[in-house]
Amino acid sequence: MVDITLNQNSKLGSIDRPNSYIGRSLTRDGAIRHLEGGGKFVDDLILPRMVNSAFLRSPYAHAEIKSINISDAQKYPGVIDIFLSEHIDTVCKPWIGVLSHLGEMRSPEQSPLAKKIARWQGEAIAIVIANTRAQAEDAIEAIEVDWVEKEPQINMETALDKDTVVIHKELGNNLFWTRTVEQGDVKKAFKESSTIVEATLDFARHTGVTLETRGIVADWDKSEKKMSIYHNGQAPHMMQHIIAKHFDISEGLVRVISKDVGGSFGIKVHVYGDEMAAIAASKILGRPVKFVADRLESFTTDIHARCHKISGKLGVDKNGKFLSMEINDLSGIGPYSMYPRTSAIETNQVLNLSGSPYIIPNYKAVGTVVFQNKTPMCQYRAVGHPIAVAITEVLVDKAAKKIGMKVEDIRKINFIPDDQYPNKTPSGVPLEDLSHQATMNKLLKIMNVPDLEKQKKLDLEKGILTGIGIISMCEVTNPSPLFYGVGGAHISSQDGASIRLEGSGAVHVSSSITEQGQGTEAIMKQIAADQLGVSMDTIRLTLGDTDATPYGGGTWASRGAGIGGEAVLKAARTLKNNILKIASAIMQTDIDTIDIANNSVIRKNGGEGISLKKLAETVYYRGHEIPQGTNPELIATSSFYIEGIPFVFTNSAMGCQVTVDQDTGLIKINKFWVIEDCGTQINPKLVEEQIRGGVIQGIGGALYEECVYDDQGNMQNATMADYLVPMACEMPDIIVDHVITNSGRSILGAKGAGEAGTGGAPAVIMNAINDALSSMNKEVTSQPITPEKILKAIGKI
Amino acid sequence: MQGSKNITINFIINDEIFNNITVPVRQHLGDFLRSIGLTGTHIGCEQGACGACTVELDGKAVRSCLILSSQINGSVIKTVEGLDDTLMKKVKEIFLKHNALQCGFCSSGMLITTKEILNKKKKLNREQIRTEISGNYCRCTGYQSIVDAIEEAIEDNIKDI
Repeated sequence: MVDITLNQNSKLGSIDRPNSYIGRSLTRDGAIRHLEGGGKFVDDLILPRMVNSAFLRSPYAHAEIKSINISDAQKYPGVIDIFLSEHIDTVCKPWIGVLSHLGEMRSPEQSPLAKKIARWQGEAIAIVIANTRAQAEDAIEAIEVDWVEKEPQINMETALDKDTVVIHKELGNNLFWTRTVEQGDVKKAFKESSTIVEATLDFARHTGVTLETRGIVADWDKSEKKMSIYHNGQAPHMMQHIIAKHFDISEGLVRVISKDVGGSFGIKVHVYGDEMAAIAASKILGRPVKFVADRLESFTTDIHARCHKISGKLGVDKNGKFLSMEINDLSGIGPYSMYPRTSAIETNQVLNLSGSPYIIPNYKAVGTVVFQNKTPMCQYRAVGHPIAVAITEVLVDKAAKKIGMKVEDIRKINFIPDDQYPNKTPSGVPLEDLSHQATMNKLLKIMNVPDLEKQKKLDLEKGILTGIGIISMCEVTNPSPLFYGVGGAHISSQDGASIRLEGSGAVHVSSSITEQGQGTEAIMKQIAADQLGVSMDTIRLTLGDTDATPYGGGTWASRGAGIGGEAVLKAARTLKNNILKIASAIMQTDIDTIDIANNSVIRKNGGEGISLKKLAETVYYRGHEIPQGTNPELIATSSFYIEGIPFVFTNSAMGCQVTVDQDTGLIKINKFWVIEDCGTQINPKLVEEQIRGGVIQGIGGALYEECVYDDQGNMQNATMADYLVPMACEMPDIIVDHVITNSGRSILGAKGAGEAGTGGAPAVIMNAINDALSSMNKEVTSQPITPEKILKAIGKI
Repeated sequence: MQGSKNITINFIINDEIFNNITVPVRQHLGDFLRSIGLTGTHIGCEQGACGACTVELDGKAVRSCLILSSQINGSVIKTVEGLDDTLMKKVKEIFLKHNALQCGFCSSGMLITTKEILNKKKKLNREQIRTEISGNYCRCTGYQSIVDAIEEAIEDNIKDI
């Protein structure tokens, strides 16, 4: 592990100066609160007159609600009220999960609670408000619903067949969205290809399983007409806007507070009907309402992800050069497109990202997204990446093996060379500042492939199936307004930061980025202290409160460091300049002769300086000592968004070595390596921990995690015991190293680092397993790669 | 709670004596601890799978969601808020040093499990540590930093023996 990586970004100043914190693996001191039991999670909150809630949810995947009788339930002890859709709709306007910039999306209006027809198992039907959650749960048992079961539409592959049940009659069929991307002449290029390889891969539904379930406390204060929301979300300002819009409240009178969040991974950045119903109940009742999902509710109502079947074809010439790639992706998203990001983006990322490390002059990608009577599907960590990376890297391996090239060599001759950026993905998306060649070279070096090959051979002689996999990938981070804003979604691509020097000499920073454990608090403090010239302990920080932080997008798509961090950097530089102006007036010297270091304004040529504490005291208490007309400003606010390109891409190379047990079908991951190029690393330790955590979630998707449904749309494994998340005992240690190519889009030069592990691990594991099975001429194509699938592949069952 | 009953019991939590406390018989210990403000114990699954709610009951790490509060009569309980002896203070420092937590939701359970590991005063290799903490889910870190921290904590704890 790198203990201290000196940043290689000359725009940030010398690493030798005092208070040089960017690039150092400093400890996350703020995290001590969690080790003391002092975290502030939503469910820890108790407000005066607060009541609790629980939901009656549909037990069926598709059913008509003939009638609901709540009269018995209303008499249950502790019950305050029970609301159905008709009540909730009086205060909350419906929403539609579509965007306008990616072609026609078709999804019906959705309200917090289902009316007349329930369309997935777990959809909320009624909200019971009671003094305690237990009382609310008891009362749910007494609600009588006259259900008429309807035939469910479960299978995405038959969703568009003529005789399939149509989930939304008004749409005519089950198609949500389709898109075709085409560059060059694929047909012609395949004709000219000397070798064509094909693959069809399946990716099961899985979900985020945040250890802390979704939760909200809504507190409507009718005296001020103000709605305060305590929410374990990722984007407080987005929620503020949405709540104001749908509850008809002036936006300035909605305050969203997101303190500690127990894992999010994209699960907590969407609008959920049950949370909106809890807000509605608070508005109706005029008192705080808490909703915290239990684990069953999490599994059946948190968004699911993946659920793709993708076919791909790669054409190469006799030298192994890629000529043409074609993919066809099908995805099932449940009965509605989620709001406000839509459920089209995962497929869109698959179309955009497939083939992205390579020069492939002719490319065609078709995506089809259909409705199903299952839990809604939407953006979860590494959106679309596992599918795009796997189809690409599986095809690349197949092509190499078919023409007798080494898998590393075929990659090397097809990479977009590191010195040929800016460039474009085969789909036409702009790329810049990437380093596939350098990362792959570094990966191969630290993996020591010849040794691994030798070991594989020896293992095989002993009857042990060992496999080696490698991949390269691009990772979408730091999205610009061209991601959501252009399509009409009020999702900010901008982030803001405000920094002030206080009377005590302390520096207060507020940022629109939130903390869910990534280390936002630590890196924002590092950037501010570094750029201002103060010690880390002078910095205080406020995050996650729309009343107290500048406006901005929040934490998703690995944008916190690159966008929010740049805003902090800009604000710190402005404040520094402000302070130096005041100091030059007080010290009667030219601004160029002074600087800030170690909490003081210093004279560059020596001589007496002035501490920031003393300077602040002078400004705040003894302004008469400052020359008139100085106009001291000890606060600065800045903002930043990415201009000119849709995303700032990061790139990674990964490798792993696995052993396949031929008797049990179990896979053991022996070794796992990641080389990541995320540009400037503000805190290398935290970057590496993002990568490791990401890899483990990717391993989960590759080997274990699946939301299993029966043919009636009942989720079969909606418990923590039945749904397999990676446990410590089966996970490998992960070796992480870096190549650093700074992003030219900001001074800081940071790209994101949170998606790669999850996006790349499924592909590299699949390649390694198929390498292990290649001696038997077998392969696996379906994730999660369970022991059963292995045993079937090798003909044991 | 339809037909629910209460029971009056005595117990000690984090060295504080609780006498004649009335608890609902249907309530699990995790919910009870949280109801008296000890919110450092987190509820993740309520079926004993995830380990987030792990507390120490009479010297053993247990799932507070699988024990009824009515069962703790006469017991001594330690929660994350009470891990303030020299050993556990050091462990917390080591966790911080290795960044053995991200969101913090699993940390209280992870620390209680670590305490139980350390109580054994036995050297464990990384694989054994991984097995020991396999009842505690962490969705953020990927476990490696937690294993690093526990490895150092064990070394530190047995170095004088």
